[in-house]
This record gives sequence, C-alpha cells and structure tokens, in this order.
Amino acid sequence: MAQSNQPLAERTDPVAGSGTPVVIAPGHTFASVTDKISSIVLTQRTPIGWYLALLTAAGMAGLLLISLSYLVVKGIGIWGNNIPVGWAFDITNFVWWIGIGHAGTLISAILLLLKQTWRTSINRFAEAMTLFAVACAGIFPLFHTGRPWLAYWLFPIPNTMGVWPQFRSPLIWDVFAVSTYATVSALFWYVGLVPDVATLRDRAKGKFAQHVYGMMSLGWRGSARHWHRYETAYLLLAGLSTPLVVSVHSVVSFDFAVSILPGWHTTIFPPYFVAGAIYSGFAMVLTLAIPMRAIYGLEDFITMRHLQNMAKVMLLTGLIVAYGYGVEAFIAWYGGNYYEGFMMLNRINGPYWPQYWALIFCNVIFPQLLWFKNVRMNVPLLFVISIVVNIGMWLERFVIIVLSLHRDFLPSSWGMFRPTFWDWTTYVGTIGLFLTLLFLFVRLLPVISIFEMRTIVPEAKVQEGHGH
Amino acid sequence: MSASIPTSGIHGLMAEFESPTTLVAAANKTREAGYVDVDAYSPIPIEELHHAIGFKNTKLPLMVLIGGLLGGTGGFSLEYWVSAIAYPLNVGGKPLVSWPMFIPVTFECTILGAALTAVFGMFMLNKLPQPYHPVFNNPRFAMASRNRFFLCIEATDQQFDLDKTRAFLDTLGAHEVTTVAE
Repeated sequence: MAQSNQPLAERTDPVAGSGTPVVIAPGHTFASVTDKISSIVLTQRTPIGWYLALLTAAGMAGLLLISLSYLVVKGIGIWGNNIPVGWAFDITNFVWWIGIGHAGTLISAILLLLKQTWRTSINRFAEAMTLFAVACAGIFPLFHTGRPWLAYWLFPIPNTMGVWPQFRSPLIWDVFAVSTYATVSALFWYVGLVPDVATLRDRAKGKFAQHVYGMMSLGWRGSARHWHRYETAYLLLAGLSTPLVVSVHSVVSFDFAVSILPGWHTTIFPPYFVAGAIYSGFAMVLTLAIPMRAIYGLEDFITMRHLQNMAKVMLLTGLIVAYGYGVEAFIAWYGGNYYEGFMMLNRINGPYWPQYWALIFCNVIFPQLLWFKNVRMNVPLLFVISIVVNIGMWLERFVIIVLSLHRDFLPSSWGMFRPTFWDWTTYVGTIGLFLTLLFLFVRLLPVISIFEMRTIVPEAKVQEGHGH
Repeated sequence: MSASIPTSGIHGLMAEFESPTTLVAAANKTREAGYVDVDAYSPIPIEELHHAIGFKNTKLPLMVLIGGLLGGTGGFSLEYWVSAIAYPLNVGGKPLVSWPMFIPVTFECTILGAALTAVFGMFMLNKLPQPYHPVFNNPRFAMASRNRFFLCIEATDQQFDLDKTRAFLDTLGAHEVTTVAE
C-alpha cells in the first residue's frame, strides 16, 4: 500500500508551460484510493468546522421553513411580486437553481460519453449538487401556486372536477421536464453509489452503519455479470441524460420564449439558457469543490487539472452567454420592433440599470480573467470568480424576468418590483437547505466515486498477453 | 463426473487474486478447462472479464429501447386522449391535436421510460436486491470491494470436484483458495 499523504498534486508541473497537471496524484493504488475516500465517512474525525457549518446551514434552512409556513398561512402577498410583475424572486430563484443543477448532469453524463477521465473525481459530488439544487428549485413554483396542497392539479390525474392539464402550455412541459430531470438525476446518482456503498458496508465497523449501508447497497457483490450489466445501464443512462439536460433548460426557456412579451419572445433563448445553466453550474461546482478539497485534504484527487478544466468550461460557456446578450441587443435594434427596442434601452438606462450593468460585469467582463493561465492556477482567485459568476447568473434571470414584466406595451400598466423581507428569507432559506443537504452528504456518503477512481489508477489496466 | 466428496452445503471454491490481469488470465483458463458455473468478483468493472467467464451480451439495451418507445407512445397517447377526447378545448380555433406542441412532453416521457427501464431492468437482471449470498461467507470477500479479485467455481458445475477443482485453482497462481459454505 503506497502511503502518500502529502498533496502531491499541488506540484502541478515542474517545467513551466509544458504538459498538463495530473488527474490523480502519482503513487495511488486500489487500496489507497479506497481507504482515503471512505475514511472521510468512516474513520476520520469529523472536523469541528463541519458541525459549525451544518449548524449555520440548518439555521438558514429553518428560515426557509418559517418563511414557507408564513406563506401558507398568509398567502403569496407576503412576497413583493404583484401585477404587472407577477413573476419575480420566485421564478428567478427557480431558474437559477435548475441551471446550477445542469453542471452535475453535464459532468456525469456528457463528459462520460466524451471519455473525459478527469470527470471521475468530481462527478459524484456534482450529481449530489444537481439533486439538491433541483429540490430547491422545485420549492419555488410549488409555493408560488399559493396552494401547494393542490399541486397535483399540475399532473394528468383523473379528478372529480373533470379537468385536465393543457398540454399546449410550456408550463405543463416544465412540469414534465423538471420531474423527469429530478427522477433521472436521482437514479443516476443512486446507481453510481451502489458499488461504493457496498465498499462502505464492507469497511464499516459499527453494526448500525453496516446495516444501513448494507441495505442501500442492495447486496452488491461485484460479480462480473453484474458489472457488465451495470456498465451497460450506466452508459445508457449517460446517453439518455445528455439530451435530457439540454431539453430541461430549453423547456424552462420556453416558459418565456413562447410568450409574446418583449425581452422574452426570442428564438435564441433555448441555447442561451442551456449555456447559461452550464456556466452557473460549473461556477457552483468550483464554489463548493475549492473549500471541500482543502478541508478534507482531497488535493490528490481533485487536482489543479480539474480546477483548470472547469475554469475553461466556464470561460467557454460564459462567452456563449455573452454572445446571447449581444444578439439580444443587436436584434432589439436591427429588428426594428419599437417595444423590443424600448425593452433594451430600459435595461441599459431604466430604473433597474444597476442590476443590468452588474450582470454584464459579473458574467461578461470579470470572467475574462480566465483567459490567463496564472488566474486559472490561482485557487483563491478562481473561488472569487466562481462566486461572481453565481451572482451574475442570478442577476441575469432577475433582469430577464422582472425587467421584461415591469414595463411592457402600455405605460399605464407599468410598475416596479421591490423584494420584501420574505422574498429574501425564502431565497436565503433555500441556500440553507442546499448546504444542509450537501454537508450531510459529505459526511454520510462517499463524496468521490471510489470505484471509478479505482479504474483510473495504473494497476487497473489488464496487461495484454499475460497468460492465455 | 461424480464427486468424490459430497458437495452439499458447499457453494463453491473461491480463489483470490491480486490484480485484474491475473484474474482475467485465470478466468480464461477456467473457461478453457470447461467450467461453466463460474463467477468472478472485482472491485472495478473489468471489460475483458465477462467474456473470460463466458458471459454473453446482456439484453438490457433492447429492454431500454422498448421502455423508451413505451414511454414515448404512452406520453403522446395521453396528450392525444386528454386534448382530443377527454377534455377538448377550442383555443382560438386551433386544431385539437396540435401535435408539434405535444413533442416536449412526448420526449420527456421517452427519456423517463428508458431511464427507469435501464435502472430497474439492470437491478432485475442482476437479481438485486439480494440480501444474502453465499460468497459473503468467505471472510476475505470483504476485500472484493477494496483491492482483491476473486474467482469462484460453483458446486453446481458438472465438472465440480472438491479435490480436483481445488488442485486446478492452485495451478492458476491464486493467492489463496477457500471453500465457500452455502
């Protein structure tokens, strides 16, 4: 067993400018990979910081509980949205969370199909992020209905009213897209976990842990027949998730694009929303992965290579998003539609101009730093950029939703939106819920896919011509 | 062949290996020696291994295709039935079956049907969940989910003979050969 506990991966590249940093630090074996990752859950002492962080996050999640309870008692009038701005923080937050989820599926599915081995050490964690982000996203439309106990009206269920959903509406497409996405993400995540939970079952010392992991692992024993079907299923799921993830944010964008409102009614929305989703998702993966690898000493597995690659994906998708902004502005002028033109001027120079320009700074200008390798190699700076992009992508959805609604065709029906106290607490509350789930996940389940990490250590390769 | 020692109460003989390469080589030799009821256990998926133990391809992809098609036709039929039969609504004189508007839901249902089939079909074909399996009786087997590789010739095999099979497994360079109780 090679014992290499010092973070070798920080020695990225001794010769400047040549080669790329490694995906896994040298010297690792099946045993060391297994022991290192499972020790986070099984043997390592839980850092005191984890308790403090969980407490803070759970406190924030408590705020969500209070906000939603008050909302149910009082009605959605406690939020600031009202006609003409019927959608505001709720839908902004919904789209923001759903978008964040997309990086998880991209990493686990698309990068798998593209045979990008560097995905292996971040996919588990990114998939968990997807799942929790989708859970947070779902809360907003559910409670925006005002009567969440009637949410079953959204589904085609026979009912005594004799009423059925309207399948020509993008809002019902959204119900199908998001619920399918949540289901498939959960399945993908669980299937990936089964062999790793079996590892935990075999290594856990406590009876309780053995039982719980034992049940979760379904009696997985690593049989060659099982592995073969497992790999087939995993690959098929990846192939199915790839068009799914593209469809989900396209359908979310249809919620806007199918309407006739200036600022929403554009054909560029689906690709530009998908790129934006991946952009914000990778930003969130970086925001979470950078502190995690430092706290748990995972620099051997989440190396500079991973951080750099994620930075490059952010740079690319950020440029696509910037292109989207450019096309929106260009068409507003070139299309010659008076209302579209006004919408654009209103963004640039209207009452919400600080939000618009902050969005341009956060999403277009500041991330250009990622062109420089020195920046991509600078972990604290990457962390700052990832936070800025998260803020920028939130602002983007705010600008699209609120700015289009608050001044449409008729000046007599214009209005302003101001968030209330409860708008903020609900939003902050979902961040709390997200972090709570994430901290529990890090403590209870393997945060990096152990079996996939085993496949990338050198001894995993079957040597040809060795006995036949 | 008749067994010289009664094999009742025995699941099989299990050999332990230290690397995927030795396991695949051993599995190949076992298949060539004519053993059929053989399974191999490893902490990682090994591409060559299922051929080595003589396992043909799985029918999972076909099942997933059927699941996807059922999901898609189910989704479209639901939309058709709701919009044209159960609850026809005239919206601005548009046709009741405005099929292009039905595509997003049809697509999502296709994916859902296929994904559910992929996961539950895989578990079903693997006969999981399975709370008990004899291989876990080998105390060394806990290492199968860490860094050890196992090959098990099961007692149900026609050629199985406790002594001869053990002698055969010893020739494969196994780290250790254990009798596994049922």
